[in-house]
Formats: sequence, C-alpha cells, structure tokens
Amino acid sequence: MTTIKQHKAKIKVPAGDKALTIFCYSFVIIFAILCLVPFILGLSASFTAEVALAKNGYQFWPSEFSTAAYELLFKTSQIFDSYKVSIFVTVVGTALSLLATTLLAYPLSTGKLKYAGKLNFFIYFTMLFTGGLVPTYMLVSRYLGMKDSIWVLIIPILINPWNMFLLRNFFSSIPGSLAESARIDGANDITIMFRIILPVSTPALATIGLFYALAYWNNWFQALMYIDKSELKPLQAIIIEMLRNADFMKQMAGQMGVQSTQIPSITSKMATAMVTIGPIVLVYPFVQKYFTSGIMVGSVKG
Amino acid sequence: MSTKQATLNQRAIQQKKHGFLTEINKNGMLYLIMVPGLLFFLIFSYIPMGGLVMAFQDFNIIKGIFGSDFFGLGNFKFLFADGTRETVLRVVGNTLWLNFLFIVFSTIFSVALAIMFNEVRNKHAKRITQTLSILPYFVSWAVIALLLEAFLKADGGLLSTTLANMGINISFYSDPSPWQLILVIMKVWQGAGYGAIVYIATVTGIDPGIYEAAEIDGASRWQKIIHITIPILRPTIVLMTLFSVGRIFYGDFGMIYGLVQDNSLLFSAADVIDTYVYRMLRQLHNYGMSTAVGLIQSVCGFVFVYAANKLARKYEPDSAIF
Repeated sequence: MTTIKQHKAKIKVPAGDKALTIFCYSFVIIFAILCLVPFILGLSASFTAEVALAKNGYQFWPSEFSTAAYELLFKTSQIFDSYKVSIFVTVVGTALSLLATTLLAYPLSTGKLKYAGKLNFFIYFTMLFTGGLVPTYMLVSRYLGMKDSIWVLIIPILINPWNMFLLRNFFSSIPGSLAESARIDGANDITIMFRIILPVSTPALATIGLFYALAYWNNWFQALMYIDKSELKPLQAIIIEMLRNADFMKQMAGQMGVQSTQIPSITSKMATAMVTIGPIVLVYPFVQKYFTSGIMVGSVKG
Repeated sequence: MSTKQATLNQRAIQQKKHGFLTEINKNGMLYLIMVPGLLFFLIFSYIPMGGLVMAFQDFNIIKGIFGSDFFGLGNFKFLFADGTRETVLRVVGNTLWLNFLFIVFSTIFSVALAIMFNEVRNKHAKRITQTLSILPYFVSWAVIALLLEAFLKADGGLLSTTLANMGINISFYSDPSPWQLILVIMKVWQGAGYGAIVYIATVTGIDPGIYEAAEIDGASRWQKIIHITIPILRPTIVLMTLFSVGRIFYGDFGMIYGLVQDNSLLFSAADVIDTYVYRMLRQLHNYGMSTAVGLIQSVCGFVFVYAANKLARKYEPDSAIF
C-alpha cells in the first residue's frame, strides 16, 4: 500500500486535470439539477393558490401557499376511480405479464425442445415487422370487442418480446447441473422450473417485473385508443385529457357541483401530475438498481 | 464454450432423429405452458399483420375486413395526390429528421455523461447525481407535458416570462419554429441519463491497469479519455446507434403525441408518421389510407431493423439478442 502511495506521489499531476475535474463535476451536477427542477416547479405550483399563480407565474416556492388544488382533486370521484384503475392494471398486469413471459422463456431456455428455433423466430419476427396501428385497432375494438373493458389495458400488451428474450437468456445462463441433479431425483420439468430455476432467478424476475410495472403505470396509449368511459381511465389518461382539453378540470368539478369560478384549474392539473408520479418517486430510489442491472443485461450481454 | 457447443450439437443430432409425436410425448408439458404466450403473439402480432390487407381495400366499418371490397392500390394514390403529397412528405421527413437528431444528441449526451460520471470520484456526489439524472426516464410523457407547460405557457410560464422580460416574445404553443429544438432537449433530458448506464457499465469494466500505465507515461486525464475511454466505448456506441437507426422509421408516438397532442399549429415541426396515422384513424376515420401509410412504414421499418440487426451481428456477434 505504502509503495503505491509513494509511487503515485511521484507522478506529477498534469495541469489540465484539475480543470477537467471541475468541468466534469459542474456538468454532472448541473444536469442532475436540471433533471430535478421541473418536478420542483410542478410541486410548488400544485401548492400555490390559483390567483397567486395567475398573478406571479410559476415559481420555485409557492408565492401563496394553498392546498385548494388537492382538496378539489380529492373531492372528485374521478381521481379515486383512476387510481384504482392504475393500481389494478399495474398489479394484475405485472403479475400476468411476468407469468406469461416466464412460461414462454423457461421452455425456450432449456435447450431440449426440438422446435425451439422455430418458436424463437416466431417471437423474434414480431420485433421486426408489425401490422401497425390500424389493423390492431380494428382487431381489438371490432373483432375482440374489448373497447371500454379494463382488460384492454393489459391483454393486448401482455408480453414484451424484448423482456421475454432477456429472461430466456438469463435462464440459459443458469448452470444446467442444477436442473440435472433435480431430474435425477425424479423431478419433472414443471417442478424444476418452480422449485429450482425461479427461486435462483429472483433478481432477473424483479428486473423484468419492474420493467412491466413501470410500463403499465405510465401507459396511456391503450386508454387513449380504447377507453371512453371515464371511470375506467387510468391516471395517465386523465392527464392526457387535461392536456387536450383545458376545461377538463372545470367539467369534472362541475359534475361534482363545485362552482366553476372557484375552480383552481391550473394548479389542480399540477396536483394530478404530482399524485401520478408520487408512487414512482417514492419507490424509485429503492428499485433503481434493478433497472440499471436490467439494461446492462439487455445491451452489453444480450 | 466449445464443450458446451459440442454437447448442444450432440443434442441437436439426437433431436433430429425423433419425430413430432415423440417430441410432444417427451416435452409435452414444456410446450403446453407456452401456449398462452404463443397465442398472445398469434393474436396481437400476427393477425394484425394479416389485417394489413385493409391497405388494399375500400374499407367499410360496417362490412368489416371480410366484407369490404378490394380496390387495388387506390389507397396509395392519395400519397401522390396534390395537397396530401406535401403532408405525407412532411411527416416522413419529420420522422426521419427528428429521429436523426434524437440519435445524434442522445448518443453524445449519454456518452459524455458516462465519461463524466466516471471522473466524479466522490461517492455521494456520484450516486446522487446519477440517481437524479435517471429520474425523468421513469415519468410518462403525459406528466412531462404538464411539467413542460410550467415553463412554456404564455401566461406565467417560467421560460416564456423570463424571455419576455428580456424582450423576446415567443408564443410556444402556437409557433412551430422552436419545437424541433424543444423536442431534442426533452429527449436528452428524459433519456440521456438512462442511456448513459450502458456506457457506464463499459467504462467501469475497463482494466484500471491501462489507465495506470498511461499515468506513468504522464498522460493527462483528458488524454486518457480521448485515447483509452472513447476507443473502448466505440463498439458499444456503434451498436447502440445501429439499433436506434434500425427504428428510424418509427416516430416516438408517446413522446410527440404526449407533448404536442392535437395542436395543429405545431404540426409542421412535430408531426410524425405515427401521429399522422393516429389522426387519420381517430379523427378522419380513414381506415384504408391510414393502413396504407402504416404498411409503408412497416415495410421500410422492417428493412431498416433487419439490416441493423444483421450489421450488429456481423460487427459484434455477442450482441444479438436472438
């Protein structure tokens, strides 16, 4: 240890290094702050009195503190309905997606299926070529009759082929000896999958599960296409409505019998955004490592 | 690796010997549990591919796909008709140009961030900045659009009022000219931190001995970045770029529709194939023509994705996911 230290001390630090270090620190810190700033601005706006916001504009600290936006939001039944839909879709959708993905990925990973190559291509081809928006829309809405059903938010996007291949590759990397020893003890394929393979795959399953959960929570496209009933709209779809229709909040509150002159329509939009990202921001620091490990598996190792 | 390959080959030879029934008899359970997943792809991926025949039909919503009359290439005529030709050229042009800008700037910022994160030696600073820079990736474009309003709105928006105080008056939601810049900034803001993770993984995997050797030779940090880090990152950069180029015909619907919605004042700068097809479908109910545009996109998209995957596999055999 001491020799290394002495050795390092002998090397002259080039003059530009300090400047470079300072530049890197500043750049990274500025980027990080810029990533945070819009959220703070939105949070501040959601706690500002509507009149003050109209007068002073958006500021990083509420010029006049008010919880009126949140009070209005929680007075309407819409936000509770939407929360329920979002939670249902995220929880049930993630569970079903994870199950269907695993049931596809495990057999393909075993290397003992005669038709594995053909089935792999069957799935891979869907990543290369798509029927596109219109035929999919016709199928789901007209022929499957899934319009205004909560399942349309889950079933048509149940399996992501990319996630399937990620999981398959992970399963293949598990040493075959593990399954082999269980087979000698008389276990069948299904027992091996549930008792041996899945328990040692929890980090990979957590990663894929989080990918799915985030995709479900943030999805508004399905609702935009197929959901007209307001009680079936997830939170993200409500936000899209607010963006498309400036009077959406007024109409929503009008239905609840709130006088339209008293409606904090701008700040309640921000409050909705805050309520929507709330769960993500709370959970995100704890699950971040799964996402980072997931993307590394996906792109470096493949 | 080679012994694994050998056993795999052996297995393949053994498998060739038996037929379909023996295979089902032997691995029936494994095939059975795949049924839901395979049905999913059959229904939601392959049937819509068949639905592309709508592009050649005089599609009627009452008659449906099986009852509508065919009328050849009629739906493609409008692509060349006066008035629509300009629109089609515009959305295709916007799709390619915006994706090109996204690829260039996202790559530059992701790589730069990865290198700079690596230069940040303070552990806490590194962790906090990295965590924050990935945060926007976790938020939907719908929420981002609302947050963007806080900056760009004509009345009270932080950026527009600041600019107005400096004497620059831009009405962001009715002036298309700044929008390509805004979209690029938003793309970098949302995705560069997340995109950097791949490069960070490569950088942290570099043998420290290489840097030490360079240090002994008196290399500055800048020289080490230029002559060691970037050359080592190059294969990853090429690969990631290749995959993005493969998707160049697909506009980012979630982003563009999320940020612009149906604001026709901004279409000249921000309308892409995907948003155009969506509008033709939902607002004009023009099924045949919107499918025709979709079909052209799918075919061009297929050529690009296929070529990109082929090139990637040639360039970096380990990278192919399939």
